[in-house]
Amino acid sequence: MYLTLAEKILSKRAGRAVRAGELVVVEVDQVMVVDSIAGSFFKRLEQLGATPRFPEKVSIVIDHVAPAANVEVAKAQKEIREWGNRHGCRVFDVGRGICHQVLVEERLALPGGIVLGSDSHSTTYGGIACFGSGMGATDIALAAASGRTWLRVPETVKVTFRGSLAPGTTAKDAALEMIRVLTADGATYMSIEMHLLDGAESLTRSQRLTLANLTVEAGAKCGLVVPSGEILELYAVPDWLYPDKGAVYAKEVEIDLASLTPRVSVPFYVDNVEEVAKVKGKKVDQVFVGTCTNGRLDDLHQVAEILKGRQVAPGVRMLIIPASSQVLEEATADGTLLTLLQAGATLGTPGCGPCMGRHQGVLAPGEVCVSTSNRNFRGRMGAADAEIYLASPRVAAATAIAGYITTPEELLGG
Amino acid sequence: MPRVWKFGDAINTDDILPGKYAPFMVGEDKFHTYAFAHFRPDFAPNYRPGDILVCGKNIGLGSSREYAPEALRKLGLKAIIAKSYARIFYRNLVNLGIMPFEAPEVVDALQDGDEVELDFEQGLLRRGAETFRLRPPPAFLLEALKEGSILEYYRKYGRFPGESAEG
Ligand code: SF4
Repeated sequence: MYLTLAEKILSKRAGRAVRAGELVVVEVDQVMVVDSIAGSFFKRLEQLGATPRFPEKVSIVIDHVAPAANVEVAKAQKEIREWGNRHGCRVFDVGRGICHQVLVEERLALPGGIVLGSDSHSTTYGGIACFGSGMGATDIALAAASGRTWLRVPETVKVTFRGSLAPGTTAKDAALEMIRVLTADGATYMSIEMHLLDGAESLTRSQRLTLANLTVEAGAKCGLVVPSGEILELYAVPDWLYPDKGAVYAKEVEIDLASLTPRVSVPFYVDNVEEVAKVKGKKVDQVFVGTCTNGRLDDLHQVAEILKGRQVAPGVRMLIIPASSQVLEEATADGTLLTLLQAGATLGTPGCGPCMGRHQGVLAPGEVCVSTSNRNFRGRMGAADAEIYLASPRVAAATAIAGYITTPEELLGG
Repeated sequence: MPRVWKFGDAINTDDILPGKYAPFMVGEDKFHTYAFAHFRPDFAPNYRPGDILVCGKNIGLGSSREYAPEALRKLGLKAIIAKSYARIFYRNLVNLGIMPFEAPEVVDALQDGDEVELDFEQGLLRRGAETFRLRPPPAFLLEALKEGSILEYYRKYGRFPGESAEG
């Protein structure tokens, strides 16, 4: 019996070989709850008359509105701290960072593991071949109460990335290209299994997290990158954690990294992906670098490299929000932050920032933002008609200097 | 009589309930009044309990926020008929006890504002003299929906639908 990576992980956990289409009930390693869902999560547990079965397997992260923006939020966050204390669950407080980044840094998400998150981008853990999946408050509460979850073993779409990234492109461009090819519902209910070959195996953990992060934008249940390269250095990867040759795939797609060009996702759909050249010259009001997609140290390095010795265009607000306190610390220690600040960028507390339009950079009607995040839905960052263009940190940096959408190559030559 | 609110393809959770109007931001008692606030501002003030949502492909894509379908339930929604559903949204509907019917032909036949009657038991939708048959959701989901919601199911049986009683 030949199994895909998702089937491997779920089979291991179920204690028997399971195939796509079967229903399984499996133990989970971590149940991750974000601040904005915590209230519903507590309520559901109460309705169940239950408390967390394994308190050490529940982590609550205060990241979606951190620090609190109003009294409602402050009350909710106060309750999170008290509840966490009472039940012995981990609470990562204001400033620690975005849930997905924090769970990876804390090694609570590990290769071969299963992490359920109350946030759709829980697919991110797949970057390290951890079965990460997002669910709603009720499912998350059931998982906390029982230590288990039930799922349908997903079919798998195989995406092979080949070659080394073309100059000027990043893992974000590769991820956007994948979403363009698959479309917003091209992998609904499925696992996206990503194979990195012919040079692509050199993609770092951070870049793999970016790929896996975007997989939910094709509707995927999880997005798993087959372990290789840096992952083998950072983790003790179990030897069963590979798909079998001969595994059955619902669909197979190839993406050639060597011929990739910078991409941008145009409002109001993530799969509305174009070459940057197509929207070049579009004037912007705000540039946002951060989020669980692209707020890591290597992302800030790429931005700093382009901003070094230059200035953000007059009239453009450039917001930078490191994905975690660890990223912030490292970017401070190596001088990256100073470069960014000298260029005229401003800094926010590690967390989600304005990604979902709740605080710290909400857009006014008619405004245009280039963001390194993962969603450009109507009204996501503020006013219903404000436009969000999703791009790589490099394109975001060049755009901040120019004041209009462009690439560093166009702007600076080379 | 219940009426049809018809929407197109790819209605995302930010359309259904923008993140800034989460219960967490505006309070448990108010968030549902912002359902479709950007996308169709006439919805929340005019929706009547029992009215049916009829949607195109991939409804509910995006965020895992259960409070999006919860806002609809709070307004009185009991069923959606769509061409297809995004994964997390589908689970959330079942968990909240909202019936997710998948019926592309029926979606195409219905118009915004149609007056209809839905017979859950039989899976029949009537519009005037016409009757449409709706395929029920998979058996294991019905098992949960029969109890009202997955929470009630779990409370009653101490296990998940489809899981063997000993397991
Ligand atoms: S950074 Fe944005 S996409 Fe990521 S978890 Fe936070 S709100 Fe969600």
